[in-house]
Amino acid sequence: MNLIAKPSKENIKTYVPIGFSLIFLSLIDVFANAFFNLNLMAFLPSQLSYFLPLILGFIGFYLIRIEFSGVRHLDLLNKNINSNNFNALLTLFTIFIILKSIPPMLNWFILDANFIGNSKDDCTGDGACWVFIKVWFNRFMYGLYPDTEQWRINTAFLILFVIVGISFFVSEKLKKYFILFLVFIYPFIGIKLISGGSFGLEYVESAAWGGLSLTFIISAFAILFCFPIGVFLALGRRSSLPAIRYISIGFIELWRGVPLITVLFMSAVMFPMFLPDGTFIDKLIRVLIAITLFEAAYMAEVVRGGLQALPKGQYEAAKSLGMGYWRMNALIILPQALKLVIPGIANTLLALVKDTPLIFVVGLMELAGMIGLAKTNPKWLGMAMEGYVFAGLVFWVICYAMSRYSQNLEKKLSTER
Amino acid sequence: MIFKKLNIENKKVRDLIPQAITVLALLSVIIYFATNAQINMGNRGISFGFGFLNQEASFDITFSMIEYDGSHSYGRAFLVGLLNTILVSAIGIFFATIAGVIVGVSRLSDNYLIAKVAEWYVEIFRNIPLILQIFFWYFAALRALPLPENGISFNDISFLTIKGWYVPKFIWTNFNIFLLSVIASLIAIYFINSYATKQREQFGKQLPTTTISLSTLILLPLITFLFLGVSLTFEYPVLKQLSPTVYTYEGGVSIIPELIALALALSMYTATFIAENVRAGILGVGKGQKEAAASIGLNKSQILKLVVMPQALRIIIPPTTNQYLNLTKNSSLAAAIAYPDIVLVFAGTALMQTGRAIEIISITMLTYLTLSISISIFMNWYNKKMAIKEK
Repeated sequence: MNLIAKPSKENIKTYVPIGFSLIFLSLIDVFANAFFNLNLMAFLPSQLSYFLPLILGFIGFYLIRIEFSGVRHLDLLNKNINSNNFNALLTLFTIFIILKSIPPMLNWFILDANFIGNSKDDCTGDGACWVFIKVWFNRFMYGLYPDTEQWRINTAFLILFVIVGISFFVSEKLKKYFILFLVFIYPFIGIKLISGGSFGLEYVESAAWGGLSLTFIISAFAILFCFPIGVFLALGRRSSLPAIRYISIGFIELWRGVPLITVLFMSAVMFPMFLPDGTFIDKLIRVLIAITLFEAAYMAEVVRGGLQALPKGQYEAAKSLGMGYWRMNALIILPQALKLVIPGIANTLLALVKDTPLIFVVGLMELAGMIGLAKTNPKWLGMAMEGYVFAGLVFWVICYAMSRYSQNLEKKLSTER
Repeated sequence: MIFKKLNIENKKVRDLIPQAITVLALLSVIIYFATNAQINMGNRGISFGFGFLNQEASFDITFSMIEYDGSHSYGRAFLVGLLNTILVSAIGIFFATIAGVIVGVSRLSDNYLIAKVAEWYVEIFRNIPLILQIFFWYFAALRALPLPENGISFNDISFLTIKGWYVPKFIWTNFNIFLLSVIASLIAIYFINSYATKQREQFGKQLPTTTISLSTLILLPLITFLFLGVSLTFEYPVLKQLSPTVYTYEGGVSIIPELIALALALSMYTATFIAENVRAGILGVGKGQKEAAASIGLNKSQILKLVVMPQALRIIIPPTTNQYLNLTKNSSLAAAIAYPDIVLVFAGTALMQTGRAIEIISITMLTYLTLSISISIFMNWYNKKMAIKEK
């Protein structure tokens, strides 16, 4: 009689142990099946043994679903994963899928994978061939940049990181100079260091640049340039002068309306037609201009959002203090507007970083492009999975870190009103 | 008087100068580019013009929805590319919406596990460049599929192989009648719904519109099957041996792996953004709205249908349309895996053959631009229509 009653506080002593053991049994069954390829329920008819974990788990979850049991952990469990039959089913499915997918992943990534060796022949296991990444790692990072000169890229980035690192710890006043140095002077030093051609450094043409370092170089320069252009475009779009307003609108909508890949095509095949015969602009610079203008249009729209969100009073207050257009924008409007749209700015910059692999269109090869090159190498055929998983991980870490940083920045800079 | 007048003049002049400088600068850049282009094209012996669109294209396209071979014109090739772009975008939008809504709702689920899984789905797929996802599906995942002779079979009517996905082909007789009946039932549903709304607003009567609409949509086409000679048969793909080692499937429709990889990557990537929109939309409807609706006696499904959804949709739809547009533009990444979309066919092959960079790139960009501008015009109209009318 008691057994078919609805689970409640009265029968908690019998139902909860039974329920938990049923759930435990079902999880053990799936676990054994997934990890050790054992079928504990093999003695049952095949259909039944297949669905048994689900049925057992479902009954178990039903039995432990006791409202206001008075046991804190049980209530918490029920509230979070077991609030009704449907949720119990969803929970079971999720756990089963996770349990089922761990072993193959683990096998591929680590247990069956090969880490030692120098060629494809060393990859004997069924899993990933990380030897591929190890052998090509230099290329993935530096592209076709000569091996002996790679210290220059390292130094350039090291100096950058050191300066950025120091600027976090110095006083506000010094910080300003650090930032000015980083924005206006360092880019030229860095690019000179990498390209060479003077100071006794061997010249390395931009076609040889590549790999992850090229991703960073392009992202850094595009971010540097697209931000001010975007701000000016946004101001232009909200200008009271019709010619400037319409030109800004036209410019922004033109870039936003087309995919980046066609813009890159344009920079590769159409742009040279517009230059005097014999003029040659480096491929990398053309690509940089294309990406910068493209992202600047998106940046402009983000900044415009911030400008529109500012109350009119701010403009009026600035004007009543006798400020001109530029002073008003620089000192009153933009600092507030930009702060409002930090998430939008971060998203645009993230999109920019994620767009850099598209430069394959013009034949430049950053990380994804280098992997494309490596996997077509006759000695390393069939390594696409390893390559793209590696590239995906690298990009994911970069982008995830960026988005986290922007969330922190947003919290730090938000001022209560 | 004179001073005042001068002052106005000054203001006008002050406004005029920067505008004039900008316009002049822009014009001179355009003229400079145009003259250079003219000289360059003259040197190469080509003249500006769109006559080449009628010339014979003489290249093949691997996948086409309309009849096409090398003897057709460049204009026709453009159309093939455009249709392929539209096809992959439509498929992507369809699945991205479904996945996005599911993930977005899951993120708000009171089930902790489901919410976490959905959150990680978003974090993972949003932060990996789309092009890498396309490469992954195309070069890594789909290449791991078996050869045709031991393809993965779904009940022997559909086969998944390394060369693509073979599905049954629909063979209709009297398809037009069927199509007409579907259109007729849609129109009928529209009228039924507006009648029901009127009834509800005037007399407070609730008609079972969902049941009526569904049954109309099923019954009317069913009648055409039973009485008006519409029929549907399937042509199943059959394995065929070409040579001792080479097999292929005959019959049915073959969905090329490029399309599968592209549609898969596009919809999984865009779904993360749509999921965030859906989440924001549902969260954006205040708790007070639901409580108010409950307090005037609406039941749960009525609250969802009449109070929450209309308000949530107002928040969800504009950014989601933007995502649809992004998806369509992102479909141009097809060029990376040789799916014959407009960029690959037209800005790629056709450009290489004709050398008409300016015309072809302009047409391609204009196509996308037309699409974006028409969508943004639609969005402005929609926003105006849906904006809360405050009295």
